[in-house]
Amino acid sequence: MIVILLVVGSLLDPYFLTLGNLTNVLQQQAAISLLVLAEAMILIAGKFDLSLESTVGTAPAIAVMLVIPVSAGGFGIGLPGALAIPLALLIGAAIGAFNGFLIIRFQLSAFIVTLAMLIIVHGFLLGPTEGKTLFQLPDSINYLGSATWLGLPASIWIAGLLFAVGIFGLGYLRIGRALYAIGGNTDAARAAGIRVDRVLYGVFIVGGTLAALAGLLETGRLGAIGNNMGVGWIFMVFAAAVIGGVSMDGGKGTILGALTGVLVIGLVQNILTLIGVSGFWQPVIYGGIILVALMISRIAGGKAQD
Amino acid sequence: MNIHVEARNVVKRFGPTVALDGAKIAIAEGETHALVGRNGAGKSTLVSILTGLQRPDEGEVLFSGEAAPALADRDAWRQRVACVYQKSTIIPSLTVAENLFLNRQTDGAGPIKWSALRARARELLDTYEVDVDAQALAGDLSVEQRQLVEIARALSFGARFIILDEPTARLDGPAIERLFARMRSLREQGVTMMYISHHLDEVYEICQSVTVFRDARHIMTRPVADLPHDELVAAMTGEATAAYESRSRTPGDKVVLSAENLSLDGRYTDIDISVKSGEVVGLAGSASSGKVGLAETLVGLRKADSGTVTVNGTRVRPGDVPSAMKAGLGFVPEDRHHEGFIPLLSVGENATFPIARKLGRYGLVFPARRRAKAEEMIKTLDIKTEGPDQPVGDLSGGNAQKVVFARALVDDPTVLVVINPTAGVDVKAKQALLGAVEDAVGRGAGAMVISDEPDDLRICDRVLVMFHGRIVKEMPRGWTDHELVAVMEGIED
Repeated sequence: MIVILLVVGSLLDPYFLTLGNLTNVLQQQAAISLLVLAEAMILIAGKFDLSLESTVGTAPAIAVMLVIPVSAGGFGIGLPGALAIPLALLIGAAIGAFNGFLIIRFQLSAFIVTLAMLIIVHGFLLGPTEGKTLFQLPDSINYLGSATWLGLPASIWIAGLLFAVGIFGLGYLRIGRALYAIGGNTDAARAAGIRVDRVLYGVFIVGGTLAALAGLLETGRLGAIGNNMGVGWIFMVFAAAVIGGVSMDGGKGTILGALTGVLVIGLVQNILTLIGVSGFWQPVIYGGIILVALMISRIAGGKAQD
Repeated sequence: MNIHVEARNVVKRFGPTVALDGAKIAIAEGETHALVGRNGAGKSTLVSILTGLQRPDEGEVLFSGEAAPALADRDAWRQRVACVYQKSTIIPSLTVAENLFLNRQTDGAGPIKWSALRARARELLDTYEVDVDAQALAGDLSVEQRQLVEIARALSFGARFIILDEPTARLDGPAIERLFARMRSLREQGVTMMYISHHLDEVYEICQSVTVFRDARHIMTRPVADLPHDELVAAMTGEATAAYESRSRTPGDKVVLSAENLSLDGRYTDIDISVKSGEVVGLAGSASSGKVGLAETLVGLRKADSGTVTVNGTRVRPGDVPSAMKAGLGFVPEDRHHEGFIPLLSVGENATFPIARKLGRYGLVFPARRRAKAEEMIKTLDIKTEGPDQPVGDLSGGNAQKVVFARALVDDPTVLVVINPTAGVDVKAKQALLGAVEDAVGRGAGAMVISDEPDDLRICDRVLVMFHGRIVKEMPRGWTDHELVAVMEGIED
């Protein structure tokens, strides 16, 4: 699929297959890819998290406001700037833990809990900022999204590294395999001695942290935090995960597949922009491509999807 | 004789319900011990206490005379007792190898070596002579193969005591025979087993002693050899129940259900069937015989490649359930949980789906009429429920199956097709369900019973046996279990 897209892209526009353009695609997808990584893990464990997209904006925004002075739109607490990144990650982890608490401890439906959390967490971005964009950011928070390591943007390295960890962890570690067991048959996992609740908490916390990190990368790339950062991403995230073969029922899919899904969406987006399809019409084509990808995997896989 | 496993004076309450009330069981080393009782007698609770999944409120569990380990020490439990649960504990999306070594893929915390894991899995499967590919996805296995994988996994922890909780409920005749052969060879190796089943003939075949539970209490423990069948049933039900007597009848002349030249690739070929009014025809065969596929074609759940189905003189559209029902067909599907009822809806609604159009006009359903009809069905079939408004999901297996029967019978069908009518229901419910089939036939319907239970088939006037997609023999009344199984397995033609 990716190879086809590369060939098609290079035929349509000679600029497509240049290092600059492909790096650009990867950098644009770096942040959303972390969300796909998080969602893939959560889906494999048989759960659901919609609130990730709100964490993308809120976690870095709150962290920044704890650091910057009131004049720049902060809370005036004035914590050291170096704390911005750890604070953001901590906030992401806390949101994940709270989701886990409601879903695992209270046994609420993951779909509804995280739908409510999507709204609430986004409210925690709009409320304190009063809808204003945060421009004056501490240097530390911009670093990850804007630095270049060994000739490539740092965000590509970070996303690549985390995907490598994910592929290894879910493929070769007992804890990673436990996600498949839980998603495939929770009772069986419990009977095999897997600490189901603990593992699920871990997955939600890691998911929230990854979403916060995605927010940091996006913040650095844009140099500001707008009031709608991350909004609407979750649809692309699910599309990428499903195109990559991750089952919405849990227990099925791979991190490598999820990565393929992100790249497919990124390349399609890039090709459409290059050949000059109007931004207003692009959603129609995305949606169409998601449907076609689903049909292909249905025919190739031969099994009904739920 | 040494007592291998013992539970003494066990009491377990769930809220106001007492699931076990001073129950006890003692299983001698090396014996296969049956635990029988009606639905709700406390068998499942005892299983979860003996496997360390639940703590008894009172009483104690002993393994070889020693007190049971702490509940949190799963490994210690697994070395003492293994269990093949009623519900599959296989994870369908993982390979057989990984299922066998779930959560112990490696000894330490390091990365999993997949090739080593597969080799260990193959070794384990070979040890227990399980002919399954270690690399296959567990979800692609047959029920029998899955169960064998579960038995191998259970034994691989080193336990010398296995609990088999209704292992035969979803197996066909030949597969049950193979399971029994395996159980005998395990017994010869000195493995102690507790065997739970609703099928008393299996108890006589495979077990040495039997314990009966009724209403959360221990009723008796006896060697199987000198225990009359009636006495065992009486202990289970608390009253003397005569064995089910099937009625004799004379079939009418009118053919109500017929199939001509039916073929479906990979399932069955060239099937001709005709069922007269006032007649019960059995359809038997192993799981691979195609009998369920054929039955599903007759009721319209499946579409045949060629051939025709005629219900009550009307040629029904292939693969169209409503058209078959309109022609006067009622049916009980194979898997009640899957196709039989909607667990969250009430008994009344589930029972009256097919006649919803008769309960009102223009798409309206009048609750009062539905209630009246449902109450009538509850009474006729003796469904134990709080009333027509109780969700079917809350009922026990036998009563839920009665609701499925009610749905099949509510429109007074001229043709009744029932698939595995008594799967997973107890002795009394079984008799009531078979009685309901005979009642309908007494009113002039023609019935087909698709099953591999000799008890179900005994009500039939004749039994058609399928083997590899063809009807190979028609057996009139008076066959023995042995003859039937031989034909089903294709040993005799």
